[in-house]
Amino acid sequence: MSAEADQVTATRRSGAVAGAPTVAGGVLDVRELPSFGFSHRSVMWWGTAGLMAIESTVFALAIVVYFYLRTHSELWPMRSPPPELLWGTLNTVVMIVSLWPNQLAKRAAMKLDKSGVQLWLSVCTVLGFLILMLRGLELTALNVRWDTDAYGSIVWMIMLLHTTHLVTDTWDTTVLDVLFFTGPLEGKRYVDVNENAIYWNFVVLSWLPTYAVIYFGPRG
Amino acid sequence: MTVSGTASPPRLNSVPPSAEDAAALERTWRDPPGLLGWLAAINHKEIGKRFIVTAFGFFVAGGLLAAAMRLQLAQPDNRLIGPDLYNQIFTMHGTTMMFLFAVPVMQAMSIYLVPLMIGSRSVAFPRMNAYGYWIYLFGGLMLFVAFALNIGPDAGWFSYVPLAGPDYSPGKRVDFWAQMITFTELSALIEAVILITGVLKLRAPGMTLNRIPLFVWGMLVTAFMVMFAMPAVMLASTALITDRLVATHFYNPAEGGDAILWQHLFWFFGHPEVYLIFIPGLGFMSAIIPTFARRPIFGYSAMVLSLIATAFLAFGLWVHHMFATNLPELGKSFFTAVSMMIAIPSAVQIFCWLATLWTGKLVFKTPLLFTFAFFFVLVLGGMTGIILASVPLDLQVHDTYFVVAHLHYVLIGGAVFPLFGAFYYWFPKITGRMLSERLGRWNFWLFLIGFNVTFFPMHMLGLQGMPRRVYTYGAEMGWSNLNALASLGALTIAISMLLFVINVWRSLRHGAVAGPNPWNAGTLEWSTPSPPPACNFEAIPVVGGRDPLWEPGGVRGHVAGLAVDSRELLMTTVLDAEPETRESFPEPTIWPFVGAVATTVFFIGSIFTPWAIVWGSVPVAIALTAWFWPKRRENTAHLALERAP
Repeated sequence: MSAEADQVTATRRSGAVAGAPTVAGGVLDVRELPSFGFSHRSVMWWGTAGLMAIESTVFALAIVVYFYLRTHSELWPMRSPPPELLWGTLNTVVMIVSLWPNQLAKRAAMKLDKSGVQLWLSVCTVLGFLILMLRGLELTALNVRWDTDAYGSIVWMIMLLHTTHLVTDTWDTTVLDVLFFTGPLEGKRYVDVNENAIYWNFVVLSWLPTYAVIYFGPRG
Repeated sequence: MTVSGTASPPRLNSVPPSAEDAAALERTWRDPPGLLGWLAAINHKEIGKRFIVTAFGFFVAGGLLAAAMRLQLAQPDNRLIGPDLYNQIFTMHGTTMMFLFAVPVMQAMSIYLVPLMIGSRSVAFPRMNAYGYWIYLFGGLMLFVAFALNIGPDAGWFSYVPLAGPDYSPGKRVDFWAQMITFTELSALIEAVILITGVLKLRAPGMTLNRIPLFVWGMLVTAFMVMFAMPAVMLASTALITDRLVATHFYNPAEGGDAILWQHLFWFFGHPEVYLIFIPGLGFMSAIIPTFARRPIFGYSAMVLSLIATAFLAFGLWVHHMFATNLPELGKSFFTAVSMMIAIPSAVQIFCWLATLWTGKLVFKTPLLFTFAFFFVLVLGGMTGIILASVPLDLQVHDTYFVVAHLHYVLIGGAVFPLFGAFYYWFPKITGRMLSERLGRWNFWLFLIGFNVTFFPMHMLGLQGMPRRVYTYGAEMGWSNLNALASLGALTIAISMLLFVINVWRSLRHGAVAGPNPWNAGTLEWSTPSPPPACNFEAIPVVGGRDPLWEPGGVRGHVAGLAVDSRELLMTTVLDAEPETRESFPEPTIWPFVGAVATTVFFIGSIFTPWAIVWGSVPVAIALTAWFWPKRRENTAHLALERAP
């Protein structure tokens, strides 16, 4: 092992910083470091990850409640037909399609490409509102009310839970989109676009098991 | 901050920091003056202090409710408090202590302490932190206003259905309870995310994961538990309130719902909650014991692994609260086994502390006395825990005063005694003055004696069959003497608490000046003045060990090159705490407060009409958008410091 490698190992072992500005004479100069970073380098990424962990727990528990109630009932649905497949399935397809411009917005953000972000964020915003409209139609085709029976209650709870995510993230995307046209901008705003895209992935991916439960739970 | 739209280059700190650096940092990081400034405050120390004082206020309120119950039960056939008010009082006592005191006070302590202990200048999301505080405050006040108006909840702190359902609890009482859950759990979840992010990203350079102070480890583990436990109770209480307000049927067996579902969801949160209260207590122990034993902690890695093991096991024993329900016996045996197993990591930690104390040179100050009480009281509570974890024994004493005795031994022994130790330990850091040792010893002994006189007789009362939650009892039951004794103990606890308040009050004015490190402790918070300046550290320290101040030569160095006239912070890598980026942090703003008010209107409005969910969300959206929207002046300052990755 070279003397230099020895030095690095020694610094690592002692917990001092390696591969970064070194502590020379008790001074660690950080002025050359970047002022923002993507992915796990940013606090926003960790905040978003925490939010996703919490909300995944809520979705998982809501689905557990669905099946808990199902095992306690001889008939499921108890007295109503299952939800109609049309709007829910169509919305699922649109949501999956929306992952593509979402990914492009994310990529543009990581390249600090302002016009790319403007374009793809706008597409995402439009798709967000389209998905919300389809969700409205979905809610009219559930074939059960929340106060009909326990089946209706849990179906509505899961649907509204997911709809809340759609509403909040569509609003989030809209605000970010407007900001990219009006300013003021700084590097951190690109990190926000990146985190917003990650969160949208979560909103769509959390829908897939939810879709399966809501639409095929009563058919299985 | 002083940077405006000019092109002047940002001013960066030097090491050692000059007087101008220090003055500029103070201007940059302090909260604005005046009433509006007070409402806009986001400095973690200011929010932390408010959080601690508020939680202690709820502790006193919960304690007064307990005193009212002990007054009522002091003699048989007492008519001082009627059954309806008594139901509200015991529900309010449990709810206050669990939701408004025990969990929040731990988070409150961490909001103040963790950034100082990890060598940072802020929590990860300072505005969100302020929002979390206001939500907690408003939720707690809502509950007490409801109680004052005779619409306080009355179905017990765990609000079992069907009693808490629409058929047996008409009116709004339980709705206020359910919304209080929404407020406090929202606040707790926010604080958990803030804490995790801060501990993982804002540590001083060199503070690798295996050098984090054990208190910070405890709070990190707690925060992870909050993230996975609290959603269960939020979901459960939302289902409860919709059952009550919009006629859903989650808990209504007549329409396919199930009452036991409530118990599963509640205890899936409720048992981990015991550990949300207990693990920070362990963290306090691990901070105090090394300082007063004058040596580093024995078995650091074993301690950390025990904390993590406890957190995992805590999620596997919720059914031991449900042994009296009709669940499969085999399932109950599993939960008995896990309940017994959790004693193992707890014991590992206790033995590590004993080893630390055994091999140390003890300094008998008040904080250490409180940790000794932990050993005695918690171990007694643990013993009765073993009894309750066993199905046949549990069935004998289920819903009796034996359970009341057990839970108070565990929670007060495991969390409140260490918490008081922590108050005595960190009071000098927070205020700059020492608490009186003499009053502290009186406080300690009266609390310890009063506690045992209050709760030990309850074991006997439970074994004699006295049920929980009865507002009175007949003289012929033979419970009078033990109850009178318990009430006498409660009076002693009240006196000890009064002494504590007097001690705080006097010491704030006349206490001995503390200096930066009055206990000669080893962690970073003691390297900065008491109370710390607005920026915590004039230069961020570079850390070379677990107890940086006890390392030969002290801290390894300091960070230079961070802005002093703009809120800039150093971010480090998750595992090794190597410098990664310098990030600009947000400035104080009124919007978190406005957002919290809007959220409060939304939550309370929805108790009265489901349409509040629609119209109430508009002001919330406006406030949160205004909160996010960047200000040009701040933006200019950030651009001056910007350097793309």
